[in-house]
Amino acid sequence: MVAHQLSVFAENKPGRLAKVTSILRKNKINMRAITISTSDVFGVINLIVDDPKSAFTILEKEGLTVSMKEVIAVVIEDKPGGLDKLVQLLYDTGINVENAYGFVLESHEKAIFVVDVDQIEKTQKVLEDAHFETLDAQALSAIEPFHYMKY
Amino acid sequence: MYWEKDIETMPREELERLQLSRLKESVKKASASVFYAELFKKNNIDPDEIHSLEDIRKIPLTTKDDLREHWPYGFLAVSRDKLVRMHSSSGTTGRATVIFHTLDDVNEWTNIVARSMYTTGMRSSDVFQNMMTYGLFTGGLGFHYGAERVGALVIPAGAGNSKRQIQIMQDFGTTVMHVIPSYALHLFSAFEEAGVDPEKDTHLRIAFLGAEPHSEKTREKIEEFYSIKAYNSYGLSEMDGPGVAFECQYQNGMHIWEDNFIVEIINPETLEPVSEGEEGELVLTTLLRDGMPILRYRTKDLTRIIPGACECGRTHARIERIKGRTDDMLILKGVNIFPIQIEKKLMDIEGVGTNFLIILERKEFNDHMIVRVEVQKKFFSGDLKQLEGLRRRIVEELKSDILITPKVELVEPGSLPKSEGKAVRVIDKREE
Repeated sequence: MVAHQLSVFAENKPGRLAKVTSILRKNKINMRAITISTSDVFGVINLIVDDPKSAFTILEKEGLTVSMKEVIAVVIEDKPGGLDKLVQLLYDTGINVENAYGFVLESHEKAIFVVDVDQIEKTQKVLEDAHFETLDAQALSAIEPFHYMKY
Repeated sequence: MYWEKDIETMPREELERLQLSRLKESVKKASASVFYAELFKKNNIDPDEIHSLEDIRKIPLTTKDDLREHWPYGFLAVSRDKLVRMHSSSGTTGRATVIFHTLDDVNEWTNIVARSMYTTGMRSSDVFQNMMTYGLFTGGLGFHYGAERVGALVIPAGAGNSKRQIQIMQDFGTTVMHVIPSYALHLFSAFEEAGVDPEKDTHLRIAFLGAEPHSEKTREKIEEFYSIKAYNSYGLSEMDGPGVAFECQYQNGMHIWEDNFIVEIINPETLEPVSEGEEGELVLTTLLRDGMPILRYRTKDLTRIIPGACECGRTHARIERIKGRTDDMLILKGVNIFPIQIEKKLMDIEGVGTNFLIILERKEFNDHMIVRVEVQKKFFSGDLKQLEGLRRRIVEELKSDILITPKVELVEPGSLPKSEGKAVRVIDKREE
């Protein structure tokens, strides 16, 4: 299963993030995860939301530069070594991670690790063979994370 | 005190007679070129029908576009084997304006540069450090030849490398330097770092400032820091280069060498001459150039003629410090840049949106160019690396064209101010 990540192009200046969050608030869109990566004067805000398709339309209508791409949300165990198990698998199978971040789903039980990889179909197959659970947008919207942590 | 007393102090009436006879020659010479032959034919101008200086107005004005459209040889009035030198006004290949010189042309040009330098008090006993870019740009070689003609010891130091510049100054006892004003200011900190006091530890006494618009305040700062006299100069490659006009020891306007050029000040809108002492666009005609005579050239520079005689005794008219330009040409570190060049480059790059903005800043006495570029909406894939790649590509493309490394900032589509009518492409924050 694949999830969808929204990316918003934003200049690195006050008010840009606030604009994004206020649009999401007004439209009652819930965020699962958010990360920001910046270069000198510009950056990209990555979002995992409960309804990515309508969020995409709304953000674009508000004049923001948005793109949507497929990522994989992998369920991992929230205990030492939980993430390592996944990352070692990706490494062993020659999959490169472009970007990743995670959040805890259920303390000491489950966490979600979102990976943006270069070979998405191969990754899905590898994860399936190794019995990892992956979530799509619907499944992501049904969960209630405790808190968010950045990878 | 004069390089050529007879010419420099020639009574106006006599000077104008000399101009007229030279103008007649120059118009005849020009008619040998493809461009002027066509222009004269189209406007029914007979080169033999120039009887007074006022008759010059029968000839239409020549513009930089004319030079570009007849690039490279359309203005040549002699065969190419007579040429010994080429210069260009900016670094671009496609839109550059090139000027060719015969040996006589180089000699006449050298003479007015030497005259200009002599006017400020430079003599054969001086050591002249030329801290200017050598190459297509006229500032380097033009001053170099002039200083040799005066008989000074010339050090062709070239631009940049502050430490070495200061070392050379000390090692060889430099007394006169030719420098871009912003670089002269920039050198302040290099002097401090090196622990060298320009007043006590060097023999500097004169600076020639050029290639960049600068204010009276900048001149004062430079004079104070180095304890020297700094002289303003004016020139453009289309009119040879440096030496067109130069300040004398009174530093009150730049004498424009009227035995070499005819000076007109016109209203840039009506193209009619302005009344005496009024500000307008400077229009120049070469009087002693064989290879590539140019008649009534619109410099696009705004200035005025200072009425009255100069205390120095020279009768040649004085123009004021250039006030600005009638077009959008930018001058940065001596390089001529048109926003259209940047636009053309940008629009060829995939991922660039529709709007951009050029910002010129002066930081620590150095001029910088910032180019804000809107990203194309559909180019954005959510990948920061891709944006970084685009940014780097824009820097490289612009650098190859304008020879200056700009700072490029990518901005969101639609975020730059859109103006109605003519777009505001440039914000110049360099004014003090």
